[in-house]
Amino acid sequence: MNSNSLTNGDELSLSKALSVVESDRISARRLISSLPEKHSLVVGVTGSPGAGKSTLVDHLSLRFSESAKTAIIAIDPSSPFRGGSLLGDRIRMSRASRSGKVFIRSMASRGLVGGLSPGIYDAVDLLGRCGYGFVIVETVGVGQAETDIVNLSDLVVLVLAPGIGDDIQIMKAGIMEIGDIYVVNKMDMPGAEQLARRVKSILEFAGIEREIVMTGAVEGKNIDKLSDLITGKLNKLKKNGEIENSRKKRTEHAELNAALFAVREAATEGVKLEELIECLQKLREGE
Amino acid sequence: MKRIRILVAKPGLDGHDRGAKVVSMALRDAGMEVIYTGLRQSPSDIVNAALQEDADVIGLSILSGAHMRICERILELMKEKGIAEKPVVVGGIIPHGDAEKLKKKGIAEVFGPGTSLNHLEKRIREVAGDK
Repeated sequence: MNSNSLTNGDELSLSKALSVVESDRISARRLISSLPEKHSLVVGVTGSPGAGKSTLVDHLSLRFSESAKTAIIAIDPSSPFRGGSLLGDRIRMSRASRSGKVFIRSMASRGLVGGLSPGIYDAVDLLGRCGYGFVIVETVGVGQAETDIVNLSDLVVLVLAPGIGDDIQIMKAGIMEIGDIYVVNKMDMPGAEQLARRVKSILEFAGIEREIVMTGAVEGKNIDKLSDLITGKLNKLKKNGEIENSRKKRTEHAELNAALFAVREAATEGVKLEELIECLQKLREGE
Repeated sequence: MKRIRILVAKPGLDGHDRGAKVVSMALRDAGMEVIYTGLRQSPSDIVNAALQEDADVIGLSILSGAHMRICERILELMKEKGIAEKPVVVGGIIPHGDAEKLKKKGIAEVFGPGTSLNHLEKRIREVAGDK
């Protein structure tokens, strides 16, 4: 695998490189840093299981691909017992997948509990350097507290669907706070209007100004509206320079994520925590 | 043990996906990462997905009787795309004679009715080069 084939847009090389990202961090970093630095616009899509994230991502990726190369990373959970996983997001992404215009990669969460996967920061970095203008990251179906996506993305789309519970669920800290755009999907189902109104009033009460978009992902309703809203907001972030802040935040969290994993790996390999702390202290004192 | 990534796909127009789902669950429980792509995939959909996902093994579930043509086409496309080295296994209603023909053409293994899930897991590990 050479860096030329990666920057030339060869999908097979990219695919192999992503496998390196998932299996061998040190080689992955070496490979990534051999490519010229370039950033994607990273859109995080999160929400509860079955809310319609994959179907929305399918539509959105096609819209984005009209203006820049677009990739999707779709994350599904790994088993806490046997480590296996069923990665089923592609099922809903047949439009994007058939178009030949979108690169789709499924990833397993591999023990990460924040809704992402261990290799995700490197994967996003790699895609940026390979010339992808947009990367859409779809988290695992989340509950209330899986909010890591906010550290990775330039913009977070929170997808809700009717049937999630009463006002109290919307008032809780965590997932309900992290959206830059709130989507109420399955707009034709009973309770959708009511959900949108509740979200609106609770956001207003909290003094948060956010757009709420109602969509019907399966029927393709209001997709253009959502897509325009996302790209409009991203352009604004680029213009006012805020995108630099979110890139900085991403780099910081990439390092934090790597450090956490190194510690976890050492711990599972039987290194005593006391020894690890001692090593770290020595390293610090040596600075 | 390596973490095997396997693409499970149903090519063609038959809608009988119970087999593919049972197999996907069994392989998930065996610790593999199973990328399930759903019904009615064309050979190029499948090859494209295998390429993007860098699957270690491609598993096809075919109950329509069109296995000869579908497998030929998939193997052809894999060659074109530069992923001919990935092993392809097939499960479903495949007559014995056809199973032999498929293996001659380059299909790594054929799993007929009555295959135990233990055998399936073992053979998939073998063809993935993880013994």
